[in-house]
Amino acid sequence: MTDNLETTLPVLNRLGLHARAAAKIAALAQRFQATIILERNGLQADARSILDILGLGCPQGSEIRLRAEGPEAGPAMAAMAELFAQAFGEYA
Amino acid sequence: MTPLAAREVWPQNKVLKGIPASPGIVIGPAYVVKDKYKVQINRYYLTSDKQIAAEIERFRDAVARTRQEISTIKESITDEFQEHAYILDTHLLILQDKLLYDATIRTIEDERINVEWALQEAVHQAQILFNKIADPYIKSRIQDVEDVSERVLRHLTGGNPFDFSKLTEPIILVIHDLSPVDTTQMSVAKVKGFITETGGKTSHTAIMAQSLEIPAVVALEKATQEIDSGYTLILDGLNGTVVINPDAKMLEIYLQRKKKFEEFKIDVGKSSFLPAITLDEHQTAVLANIEFQEEVDLALDYGADGIGLYRTEFLFLRHQRLPTEEELYEDYKTVAQMMRPKRVTIRTLDIGGDKFASHLEYAPGINPAMGLRAIRFCLKEHTIFRTQLRAILRASAYGQVRLMFPLISGIQEVTAAKRILAEVKEELSREGHAYHPDLPVGLMIEVPSAVMLADLLAQEADFFSIGTNDLIQYALAIDRGNKYVANMYQPLHPAVLRMIKQVVDAGHAAGITVAVCGEMAGDPLYTPVLLGLGVDELSMNALAIPVVKRIVRHASMEEAQEFARHALQYGTVEEVNAYVTGIMAKRFPEVFMFGRELASTA
Repeated sequence: MTDNLETTLPVLNRLGLHARAAAKIAALAQRFQATIILERNGLQADARSILDILGLGCPQGSEIRLRAEGPEAGPAMAAMAELFAQAFGEYA
Repeated sequence: MTPLAAREVWPQNKVLKGIPASPGIVIGPAYVVKDKYKVQINRYYLTSDKQIAAEIERFRDAVARTRQEISTIKESITDEFQEHAYILDTHLLILQDKLLYDATIRTIEDERINVEWALQEAVHQAQILFNKIADPYIKSRIQDVEDVSERVLRHLTGGNPFDFSKLTEPIILVIHDLSPVDTTQMSVAKVKGFITETGGKTSHTAIMAQSLEIPAVVALEKATQEIDSGYTLILDGLNGTVVINPDAKMLEIYLQRKKKFEEFKIDVGKSSFLPAITLDEHQTAVLANIEFQEEVDLALDYGADGIGLYRTEFLFLRHQRLPTEEELYEDYKTVAQMMRPKRVTIRTLDIGGDKFASHLEYAPGINPAMGLRAIRFCLKEHTIFRTQLRAILRASAYGQVRLMFPLISGIQEVTAAKRILAEVKEELSREGHAYHPDLPVGLMIEVPSAVMLADLLAQEADFFSIGTNDLIQYALAIDRGNKYVANMYQPLHPAVLRMIKQVVDAGHAAGITVAVCGEMAGDPLYTPVLLGLGVDELSMNALAIPVVKRIVRHASMEEAQEFARHALQYGTVEEVNAYVTGIMAKRFPEVFMFGRELASTA
């Protein structure tokens, strides 16, 4: 099944999308077949690439547009939403 | 005479300045690591397809060996470094990242160029990408990319990594750059402190040094040239000073300073669980600001007398939907129970309508700090506000809960908010829910108009809490994020001091307490002034609590009042700053020397 999904998620952790958070996104994206694209301020990042994600330079409070395409887009998107909602497991 | 490689004369008492990265003072022999991974890179062209294939194979092989190396380090990490192990996972991801891995292979193929040069080109592209990032913390992560590529280069050229296990004696390490991975391999017993030529206060390496309590100075340019192995060094991680080969007199000065700092640290640690009472027995409350339930433990560990400010935005932002009353109630109830019998002041939502893009349609304004946010937003979105009030009221049955409204600018907002609160109480009574009927209601004083109306507002409130961050920003018309005016953000501005005084006097005239909960409250430099102005409670980042408590315990209210009276007489911020720092240096020399560093390390 091929899907094409979009959503917007806020970056909640204090440090923004820094190395640890970006690593979690990349590692999660690599588990799914879907292509996941992160978008902010007109910049796009491949969710599988930690450097792409860091390159977006997202501080706390920024909002990220997520797009998932291809097989497993649904579950990939749900997993991403959960990871964002948990503030990447960081509370400080 | 031939030029000598070694120095003819040992430098003595030579003072170098870097950036203090981890507090503490150590004295010991230098161990200098020169040219850690420095590899000379040449550029050459590949003439045949066969050469290209061989070059790509060489790259894959070096990457595989690097992956193996990082994995081995990861497995060997000792317990004290476990929380930093994620850096190695990050490095494994960078190693296989398309911007490094795929890009290098593509450059070898397209430009028919050697792998070392191609890899360097990929790193260069990443540097360009990172250079555009505004956030300084994320921007500095380019270090990780450089670190990984250096490892790969070393495998390509056969260089050896520095082996920390070679160290046999306690030393002060002097090195160009210490990657977080190097830091995890460092034996804490052998490395008493370290000096690097690169880095900053917020680099991973600095943060790790702080958590390991190893003094460190970073960004000390040319350290590996100025210092030779075997030199005696004084490393002062409090102010970033390094002294090379100190003489007896200098050593004596620093041994004294070291002793004082260590005594101060112990004394501060002891203060954290003692009440904040002045020498003439005036009691103050020193409270913690928190943002998440998980921070309650930290607040208790640092001796907080309660939670003076519980920011409640997180639960609203974390989900794609609005939180339910039950979710909020459970959270507030847990915090109230964990803190009981100490009090918890819960501030209602301080957020702008634009943050709710996924639920509500509010376009962000040009100046969100002055837009539809906090109490203004809540009075417009009754449903959200009522849900939160219901949750806070229900939690008040389980501990010492207090309620606080943010960004109050006039009486009508208080009246409107209290009317809704009364309706919600009635509703809860009808439904048979328990709550504290006289739940104290406080107002945040952070808008200059609220300062002007403080006497009237005090009639409507059970307490005040001055939010100095916003108040200073609004009163001085300074946007702290704007680098051209950020230095004009001055907590000791005469206008700010007068405003605090006015609010305190108005509060006390009406018989209510006045707290300060901005960053100013957690900076030990300002503690006596705030006490002297009559502020009853200080609420701050938990880490600052022990230092602030210690000042309170070593000051008398009488002197603090005298101090504040004087400070209020000056007309310019320069004069107030000079006066306050002068008095603090004389009256609390150890706090002045060490206190701010200790209060602000994270």
